[in-house]
Amino acid sequence: MTTTKAFKLVSGIALTAALGMSPALAGPGPDEDQLVINEDIEIVTEAAAPAHMEYVDTIYSGWRFREDDTQVMQMDDFDNPAMIYVDKAIDAWNTVEGAEEKSCASCHGDPESLRGLRAELPKWNADKGEVYTAEMYVNDCRTERMGAEAWGWNGQDMRNMTALISSVSRGLPVNVAIDGPAQETWEKGKEIYYTRFGQLELSCANCHEDNYGNMIRADHLSQGQINGFPTYRLKDANIVSMHNRFRGCIRDTRAETFSVGSPEFVALELYVASRGNGLSVEGPSVRN
Amino acid sequence: MKRTLTAFSVLLVGASAASAADVIAPADVPYGEYGEVAVSLSGQPGDMEKGKVLMNRGAGNCIACHQVTALEDLPFHGDIGPSLDGVADRWEEADLRGLVANAKNYFPDTMMPGFYKYTGFIRVGDAYTGKAGIDPAEPLLTAQDIEDVVAFLMTLKDG
Ligand code: HEC
Ligand code: HEC
Repeated sequence: MTTTKAFKLVSGIALTAALGMSPALAGPGPDEDQLVINEDIEIVTEAAAPAHMEYVDTIYSGWRFREDDTQVMQMDDFDNPAMIYVDKAIDAWNTVEGAEEKSCASCHGDPESLRGLRAELPKWNADKGEVYTAEMYVNDCRTERMGAEAWGWNGQDMRNMTALISSVSRGLPVNVAIDGPAQETWEKGKEIYYTRFGQLELSCANCHEDNYGNMIRADHLSQGQINGFPTYRLKDANIVSMHNRFRGCIRDTRAETFSVGSPEFVALELYVASRGNGLSVEGPSVRN
Repeated sequence: MKRTLTAFSVLLVGASAASAADVIAPADVPYGEYGEVAVSLSGQPGDMEKGKVLMNRGAGNCIACHQVTALEDLPFHGDIGPSLDGVADRWEEADLRGLVANAKNYFPDTMMPGFYKYTGFIRVGDAYTGKAGIDPAEPLLTAQDIEDVVAFLMTLKDG
């Protein structure tokens, strides 16, 4: 692997130091590195904030806040440990299961047929009359079309499949709708984002809006974007779901969390996803 | 002789009862106009060595958010809040006690947790389990912990 890539990253850092950081940030801020996956897929990691964001001008992928050695792992699928799980999902995609004797492939053909989906999720499902995430769509296919068992929201099979669904949309701009029938759910998610939960009385915004770029102990705070999910966490040596991340962050405020798959976390997912409108779909990403 | 003995035992009992009785419960802290607290929360002086440990560990973990040059042998000081260098030049002891007990009296929107705050939380948890906790909650630091931290903060003078 790629002295050249590592070298490029290092020179990005040097450039940052020479130009100086954005004066608004006390900490090291996002770096100046650029992400191209497989020397092919260009990933937008910095963009003008969508109009609905009142307090932030520029949005950044979490990739821009990670160390070079973590960043580099995401630049080539052979180095990205999450791709093992994508391969497992491709097997599952082609496996016939359930009473209807169908696989995902029976209806959808190639996984690439789902290109574009991740960029719009979560989104309003008119048939069901609620906002739907990738997990909900997958489980509807399993139970209603395949006659198979639903997967656990946070189970390995589900995380693998959401990694596959994300991987085929890499490079496309996140474009989540926040108006129309989704608006009510979006508002609910926004309220959760700004609520100071737990005995430490901390909101998502305290860490990821007011203090991104700063250090909280050893952690370099990002904007808490979800364009890179599911994300391979070196700490867990596995891919983690968005809701699992939300749960961990709320737990760290000494609060009673919401559960994975709960309506609260679906609403929060919609709101947080919309804060990334304009970044590229990047998952499965690598984070520490 | 009988008298002396009795006086002696009263003294003994008195000593332990006094320390428990002098601890000010989280609900009874006499916050002043700005949020300052003029009296020791535990009725005892603080131990700055113990305070130094709390700055780094346990429910204190102050350097998660604050840089402190006197603690520079410890790794990873955060930069969420201001550096605490020289903090004893900027604030009276009563203010430092009030700031640690509940900084929101001074800075209503501050990110700094209230370390002797006990109620009024949203979805308070059972420590870091993610499960539901009980309101009123055990404060993050005990009265004596706060005195120890304040004793350490009082050593942070520039001049
Ligand atoms: C006490 C601070 C704190 C609070 C409060 C907090 N987080 Fe985080 N969060 C972190 C830290 C530290 C990380 C790891 C470093 C990083 O990516 O910012 C993190 C990471 C994340 C990530 C992963 C980003 C990536 O690129 O992989 C997401 C998503 C996230 N947080 C969302 C949230 C949401 C939503 C909330 C509120 C429900 C929240 N966080 C509340 C500290 C916090
Ligand atoms: C989650 C972050 C956080 C933690 C943990 C934290 N603080 Fe703070 N602290 C802050 C912020 C932010 C401020 C600035 C006040 C404001 O919001 O304007 C502050 C202000 C202070 C001040 C006033 C400093 C000055 O120069 O005016 C003192 C003293 C202080 N903190 C001490 C402590 C001590 C002691 C602890 C641990 C027992 C602690 N802090 C834990 C965030 C934190």
